[in-house]
Amino acid sequence: MKILVFAEHREGQLRKIAFENITLAKKLGQPFEVAVIGAEVQEIAEQLGKYGVEKVVFYKSGKLDKYSADGYAKILADAVQKQGADVLLMGATSTGKDLAPRVSAILNAAMATDCTQVDIEDDNLKIIRPMYAGKVHATIRLTSPIKIVTVRPNVYSAAEAPATAAVDTVEPQVTDFKTVVKEIISGAKGKLDVTEADIIVSGGRGMKGPENWPMIEELASLFGAANGASRAAVDAGWRPHDEQVGQTGKTVSPTLYIAIGISGAIQHLAGMSSSKYIVAINKDADAPIFKFADYGIAADLFEVVPRMIEELKAEKGM
Amino acid sequence: MNIAVCVKQVPDTEARIKLSDDKKNVNEDEIKFILNPYDEFAVEEALTLQEKHGGDVTIISLGSERTTSAMRSALAMGANKAIHIKAEKNPADPLVVAEALTQVLKQGNYDLILMGKQAIDDDHTQVPSILAEKLDMPAVTVVIKLDINGDQIVAEREVDGAHEIVECKMPTIISAQRGLNEPRYASLKGIMKAKKVQMEEIDVQLNQDRLEIIGLNYPPEKSPGKIIGESADAVPELLKLLHEEAKVI
Repeated sequence: MKILVFAEHREGQLRKIAFENITLAKKLGQPFEVAVIGAEVQEIAEQLGKYGVEKVVFYKSGKLDKYSADGYAKILADAVQKQGADVLLMGATSTGKDLAPRVSAILNAAMATDCTQVDIEDDNLKIIRPMYAGKVHATIRLTSPIKIVTVRPNVYSAAEAPATAAVDTVEPQVTDFKTVVKEIISGAKGKLDVTEADIIVSGGRGMKGPENWPMIEELASLFGAANGASRAAVDAGWRPHDEQVGQTGKTVSPTLYIAIGISGAIQHLAGMSSSKYIVAINKDADAPIFKFADYGIAADLFEVVPRMIEELKAEKGM
Repeated sequence: MNIAVCVKQVPDTEARIKLSDDKKNVNEDEIKFILNPYDEFAVEEALTLQEKHGGDVTIISLGSERTTSAMRSALAMGANKAIHIKAEKNPADPLVVAEALTQVLKQGNYDLILMGKQAIDDDHTQVPSILAEKLDMPAVTVVIKLDINGDQIVAEREVDGAHEIVECKMPTIISAQRGLNEPRYASLKGIMKAKKVQMEEIDVQLNQDRLEIIGLNYPPEKSPGKIIGESADAVPELLKLLHEEAKVI
């Protein structure tokens, strides 16, 4: 079983999920190669070599400087065949979720989205993926000759395993794109997305209004965390919907999830209960969130959060 | 403008999902089913465009008899046509769903094919992109803003931590994300009208699933929660635990 890891980059910088998937490929104990697609990508050999990659094919063309779903899909489907892979591993990122099903359609390859566990059993992949935003975990098997798996970021941690990576640069045939990205509007500078963050600080209805959010943002910045929000806070118009965690928002698996003024509706719990550690701060000691929290403080968040900020600043000598 | 909206019926977000005894299926007995929330944005967008450009809005759904109630919800919002692709149950494999939809969509001359960015039951997030390849059409997924000028589409899509502005030409597939619009509520008149819409029923030979569910499980139980304090004075203890026990900060 040969694996091809698609190493995603953003504006030329390889993303963490690429290293996580390389670590997963090594863990599966199968031969693997890496494919990179783009115009300019920084330090491919150095960065991928650090995680144990020996062979990379860089599909390089000036025409690939901006992402095109249909354009990238053709090249990646070709890469799977040229590099002779049986399994394509990608990240369940926005690019991965957009691109992988297209490759699946081109190659007639079954695909599993947003997987949280991948093992090998009886010479096939045994995959676990959450459904219903995490209310259920399905164990699945793909039966097509080529199989595509997108893996949820943050589930497998990237482990360094130095090797020497040989990079074979080829110029693929690039036909006209049907869709072209004209512009990328970055979020607030340095804004970290909840799906990629190691730590998330989320606020809910208990925050009482958007005017109280600076304290959540300050706490998040002290933790180096992303800002999240409950559906109640988003529905009320207090926060943008790209921060929403839960069944009609994003499903996240950070190392630490701090829920502030969030009671723990079932659709919210579904979206964050796979976090490694959960902290809950809520006035109501009977709130369902406390059943899921490793550490809870049942007190007024308007007293607890400022105290956390104060203590963290003291620790950092600020 | 001729618009198709592909919809799915799913369990309500507040539903507790119970598994069947053999742990292969979900026990549907106590589940309230709704129109997939992301599909509501797609229906709303279609109706707004219909008001501006005229034409038909056709609701298309694959599923058993019960899926027609989700289709009626979309019709009650104002859509005027419906095609029910009959199936005993929803296939586990999104490729199979997309292949069946492809057959039906090819027969309509649609300028725009809309759907939610994902169904909130299986969470596969695959069908819009598969359809793009199968129908050889451009697709923009996770769209939060859609502008149409003649046959030119400018769509804003949400990506991790940023937005992309994507251009393409119609006919196009668009998958809707929350934020695209505010779905309207069905009026009483709309509900009455929806009851009278004759649904076209289509039988499609479904392909074999290439994604098989071996079993379903509940997520691993978390150890019971622990309330470490009932005032702000518990903060130093909390930080100590995060540093020393969890080692996460």
